[in-house]
Amino acid sequence: MKGYYGQFGGRFVAETLVPALEELEAAVDRVVLSEEFQAEWRALLSHYVGRPTPLTEAKRLCVALSGHVATLALKREDLCHTGAHKINNALGQVLLAKRLGKTRIIAETGAGQHGVATATASAVLDLPCEVYMGEEDVRRQAPNVLRMQMLGARVVPVKSGSRTLKDAMNEALRDWVTNVHTTHYCVGSAAGPHPYPALVAELQRVIGDEARGQWSERFGGLPDAVVACVGGGSNAIGIFRAFMDDDVRLYGVEAAGSGLSTDRHAATLTLGRVGVLHGSKTLVLSDDDGQIQEAHSISAGLDYPGVGPEHAALKASGRAQYLAVADDAALAAAHQVARCEGIVIALETAHAFAALPEIAAQESARLGRPANVLVCLSGRGDKDLEALTAVMP
Amino acid sequence: MSVVRIEQCFAACKAEGRPALIAYLTIGDPSVEDSLACARAALSAGADILELGVPFSDPSADGPTIAEASQRAIAGGGSLRAALALATELRKDSDAPLVLFTYVNPVIAFGEAQLPAAAAAAGIDALLLVDLPPEEGAELRQGCRDRELAVIPLLAPTTPPERAAILLRDARGFAYYVSVTGVTGTGSAPLAQAASAANALSQAHSLPVVVGFGVDSATKAEALARAGVGGVVVGSAIVRQIASATTRAERVDGVRNLVAQLRAALQAR
Repeated sequence: MKGYYGQFGGRFVAETLVPALEELEAAVDRVVLSEEFQAEWRALLSHYVGRPTPLTEAKRLCVALSGHVATLALKREDLCHTGAHKINNALGQVLLAKRLGKTRIIAETGAGQHGVATATASAVLDLPCEVYMGEEDVRRQAPNVLRMQMLGARVVPVKSGSRTLKDAMNEALRDWVTNVHTTHYCVGSAAGPHPYPALVAELQRVIGDEARGQWSERFGGLPDAVVACVGGGSNAIGIFRAFMDDDVRLYGVEAAGSGLSTDRHAATLTLGRVGVLHGSKTLVLSDDDGQIQEAHSISAGLDYPGVGPEHAALKASGRAQYLAVADDAALAAAHQVARCEGIVIALETAHAFAALPEIAAQESARLGRPANVLVCLSGRGDKDLEALTAVMP
Repeated sequence: MSVVRIEQCFAACKAEGRPALIAYLTIGDPSVEDSLACARAALSAGADILELGVPFSDPSADGPTIAEASQRAIAGGGSLRAALALATELRKDSDAPLVLFTYVNPVIAFGEAQLPAAAAAAGIDALLLVDLPPEEGAELRQGCRDRELAVIPLLAPTTPPERAAILLRDARGFAYYVSVTGVTGTGSAPLAQAASAANALSQAHSLPVVVGFGVDSATKAEALARAGVGGVVVGSAIVRQIASATTRAERVDGVRNLVAQLRAALQAR
């Protein structure tokens, strides 16, 4: 069925938004895949974002994984302009919005990375931008709020519900339903109603396409496993896309917050149930009455009680495996990466690294040899310095 | 009864030469007992049809009034189950059509396969799902058809005519015209335009089309009645009455007075 990944996906929105989503869906085929659009977007990616991003071999971290890993390489999305993969999608969507004649951009943001990326794209492409951000996230990601304001965007603190990413997305949807004629809603993750999950995956697959080519050129062949963190799941789907048809294991890592046995986590894929949130049928954290539960994670970008529908489908089919790691493990991993590799990573990204010992052991056992592992280093950690350094090891 | 009850209600209102008055309540705001008392008050004051709103934690199609009511209602014990129990209670002494008004996620948690039978047993006549376009929910729609429950389609100012035809193709009972491109509770809805759009759809598809979103006063209701719409939905204004009161007696009085004023306005055309 259209817009579905297995039983997940679809378009569960107020009728007012349906024509705009249909217009966007048609534009994905007609515009985004056109030569002209691709040329303009790719030129921005090369000359503005700094793509292709490097593939860095992490030799010292590899040694720390006790012989389970032969080659460990990091896809350096932290080196994108604005410090994370989010800019790939934001530039694509704002370019598309201009082609559709929209005169205003709105976005939701959790960690602020998508907000910064959208504010950046809107500045360079000359459209006004408003970013909805939960009040709690405004507090814990203050540097990114200042960056968005510096870039000319208006940051709207959201005071409803848990005051985090899900509430920011509700408020952005309310704005969009009110201003749908003039406004493009630049969704930041591979989530939301059709065609957003497909559009965002299309704009982020550049991560995987580059990494695949870089890996075979440098090391020959393909990695045994690809690892990425998952909140909504855009960096993960972006890197997974290039390896979907290969004999490569795909691992997504979500946030276990204070632990899976507590009610303070964001482990939607591990513990969620089928539901509808923000326009798509997917796995959600929800109670018996269908009320969405608040997610908890030290990482604002993973602090979301839903997940992109394609990840829900990849879990159901078994094509990808999903693990969850707790706040303290993510923090420890961030310090280890900083000291071994000289890279300060985002708290979101740190979840992928925290799962590496378990994944490496599992892979080397499966293969009977040390595994070759590719990790998506989705963003840099400057925004998280306060949380990262609150407890120094 | 079910969908027939709705058809009879609209026929009776038409015979009286006035639109049907549809009153919305968020069930559980601030308690399920309050909602039951307010529902009875609305019916006794002249509401023709009740929309029983199931509170949802993330009501992204609603403005602040109903969003805040939903939070209070969840805290007050409101849920889909509570709404069905309330319908059962109302059915003991009322024959007014009851519409279950909900987002999809509470329906999935309840069980899409189980809901039509449970709703019919509770005396519900129709379902209105805010975030379920006609392309979605095939199984639920079939279940409703099997039980003679109407699934009320929503139309908006952004809906092109060819899509309206799809939305209204198999519709029964009535259709809901969203007066404004926006969320619920907007004070500045272009109601005159909404009335003519609703009337045109009603004529083209031989189905009552009611106007909702932004009807917050007797004056606006009266203007819609003059324009000859099939029905008028009042939601946020009733919710505001309930929110501004401090005791159950005040809530009940507030709802009764507002509904009586609205009903008088519809009668006075």
